[in-house]
Amino acid sequence: MADQTLDMCGYACPMPILKTKQALAKMNTDEVIEVTCTDQGSKKDFEAFCNQLGHKLLSQKNDGNKIIFNIQKN
Amino acid sequence: MPNSKEMTVIASKGTLDWAYPPFILASTGIAMGKEVTVFCTFYGLNLLLKDLSHLRISPQGNPDMPMKMPFGPKWFQAIDFSQKIPNIFWNIPGMELFATRMMLKTFKNNGMASIEELRSICVEMGVKFIACEMTMGMFGFSRDDFIEGIEFAGAATYLDVADKSSQDLFI
Repeated sequence: MADQTLDMCGYACPMPILKTKQALAKMNTDEVIEVTCTDQGSKKDFEAFCNQLGHKLLSQKNDGNKIIFNIQKN
Repeated sequence: MPNSKEMTVIASKGTLDWAYPPFILASTGIAMGKEVTVFCTFYGLNLLLKDLSHLRISPQGNPDMPMKMPFGPKWFQAIDFSQKIPNIFWNIPGMELFATRMMLKTFKNNGMASIEELRSICVEMGVKFIACEMTMGMFGFSRDDFIEGIEFAGAATYLDVADKSSQDLFI
């Protein structure tokens, strides 16, 4: 179960990344955030985002047109 | 310096459409842990004005801009009018405002943040903005016309910042 959830459905790039960054800033290391969004470009973007900052992309699931990411804070 | 975590953007355009790339890239850069400086010069100065409501798009002389209507049935929305309307049509007074309204509606329909919103996120997240002092003088702007918290400087200041950065984008 995630420690935090963030619903970014309907928001286009770069809002899902920006809001995730802001939410992560308020979290502790190793806590997990679940981000749901509909921006299809974010599939690649969240990988790059986690890669740059050392966060762990635990999972990435598709649910219809929604994409659900679980990210563990570095 | 391939490992530098600094990034710079030169924002040189001030139309509504071209206002997006600098703010999108700057805010994303910050989100990805970089230090970001945006140097606003020439028409890019518009992006730092307190009031952004005057930003427009211009289909005139811009034949690569897709012109799809943000309302109506699907078949209607799929028509690209840029291929059907002669460019001279956009000379008619009021058409630029109409095109701007349509573009704003398209942005909204697609969940894009407004320029005001993106800019305030940039400021909040710590993007450094430099307004080109030379262009300010040339276009008759004063410091009071611009948002708080920005720096006023010139090309040398920008190049000094860019010297330490590893990603420099001209927009």
